[in-house]
Amino acid sequence: MAKTLLAVRGLSKRFGGLLASDRIDLDVVRGETHAIIGPNGAGKTTLIGQLAGDLRPDAGAIRFAGRDVTGFDAPLRSRLGLARSFQITSIFRDFSALDNVALAVQAHRGGNFRFWRSARDERALREPARVVLDSVGLGTRAGVLAAHLAHGEQRQLEIAMALATEPRLLLLDEPVAGMGLEESQRMVSLLGTLKGRITIVLVEHDMDAVFSLADRISVMVYGRIIATGTPPEVRSNAEVRRAYLGEDATP
Amino acid sequence: MAIAQRTIVLGVAGLLLALVPPIAALTNQPFYVDLFRRMMIFAIAAVSLDLILGYGGMVSFGHAAYLGIGAYAVGIPAFHGIDNGFLQWSLAIVASALTALVMGAISLRTSGVYFIMITLAFAQMLYYLGISLETYGGDNGMRLAARSKFGGPIDLDRPMVFYYVVLAILVLFLVLGGRLVESRFGMVIRAAKSNEPRARAIGFSPFRYKLTAFVVAGSAGGLAGALLANQTEYLTPEFMHWTRSGEIMFMVILGGMGTLVGPVIGAVVLLLLEDVLSALTAHWQIILGPFLVLVVLFAKRGLFGLLLGAASRDG
Repeated sequence: MAKTLLAVRGLSKRFGGLLASDRIDLDVVRGETHAIIGPNGAGKTTLIGQLAGDLRPDAGAIRFAGRDVTGFDAPLRSRLGLARSFQITSIFRDFSALDNVALAVQAHRGGNFRFWRSARDERALREPARVVLDSVGLGTRAGVLAAHLAHGEQRQLEIAMALATEPRLLLLDEPVAGMGLEESQRMVSLLGTLKGRITIVLVEHDMDAVFSLADRISVMVYGRIIATGTPPEVRSNAEVRRAYLGEDATP
Repeated sequence: MAIAQRTIVLGVAGLLLALVPPIAALTNQPFYVDLFRRMMIFAIAAVSLDLILGYGGMVSFGHAAYLGIGAYAVGIPAFHGIDNGFLQWSLAIVASALTALVMGAISLRTSGVYFIMITLAFAQMLYYLGISLETYGGDNGMRLAARSKFGGPIDLDRPMVFYYVVLAILVLFLVLGGRLVESRFGMVIRAAKSNEPRARAIGFSPFRYKLTAFVVAGSAGGLAGALLANQTEYLTPEFMHWTRSGEIMFMVILGGMGTLVGPVIGAVVLLLLEDVLSALTAHWQIILGPFLVLVVLFAKRGLFGLLLGAASRDG
């Protein structure tokens, strides 16, 4: 089990009459890219919310890097190396792209009770931020106000912020959602460069993206994980075909 | 570019304020020393509110509470014959800081309307506490027994000296505030204002930073209150009334939220307008009201934003 980075056991979350997470068991192995797919309303985002610490599960446990983090809040989990992107782009819109990433660097460097020196003059924050921004292909857009970036660039910026926290696990909630073909290809190739270096949990509807990136896939339906396996295994799984891909689907 | 313009505005404003006493003396209008000193005292309160409102997104509707606490921290010792200014002003700062700590620890667990209502309720509670202090004049308030004493050349009974003390505190506070909002600490509260879920997701726990900012702002508000008591030589629970909190907030919005210098302009313009308009007509608020609405509607960054144009946009 030393290879398991994230272990979820019996995770349940109910919203009124809706069981959004129904006794979910999930193991994410160190270094893999693990996709979670499923129809709308299957509870994927609820699962991500619980993994990131934004939602408290009603029952069950989450172990991350050997620690029980079930009771930890989102900032604490982030500091332990769990980074995320949001389904709806979430950035600091009124800060520059570089500021956004520098903030992520700062959040993990500590020293936030410094009152005098300008944070924008601190090389210890700006240099690493610039390196990360370059690595996602936004190097030339460093000074642009985040709100003024194109949609695809904003999604790249989110990835950059997550990377700047030097995560051990990256939770990506529909990273190519709402993107044009070219933008989404750029994002997939960006995620491809991360593959193997960082463990990734990827929630995505775009099957091209999923099947080109994922080492393993878990399929969620009605709050339950009905199958986990390699892409070919999942593709050929009868229950998955029935429940999700459609009888005659050939992804 | 923005930095340079900002520095120019700051320098010009500072110079103009420094020139008020000599000009007032030359034109034989000592009244203006009094008026501008009052403006600067409110400017300190407004700038301190801007720290949490403009940069931290904390819509505190109880900022006048600190004015009252600061004023009573001067007035009550003075009533008992303790007129040491260092003692009184320290008391004003510490008492305000503690109040802010309690108020913030409770209110910052909420957000939006609830935050506004809790800060408002706190301030009103202190207002009624002030009214209940029969020994110290109850709702009529009381005359300040004597202005704070510092010894040496710092004699607040001399209008010019008092004026420059207030100006020095204002400038010092603007410089400190300017550093603070650009520092790592400042970036945390600004990030939390900009997008709190995102700030949490990258690892910031905003609460303690917001609380610290809240306490800093409260302390400065308390110091403004100590100055105000010396200015009016009278203190009343009215200092803490919610309309006073609203007035301070208006100064911030009028001058420009999240600019620090803006609230100084806001305080000057609002008090100047009150002064000019109330001389014209008893119903001066009918003129002031629409003016404020227009500024809020058409100048997103307040009067300071109008002065600087688009260059004032900065995180």
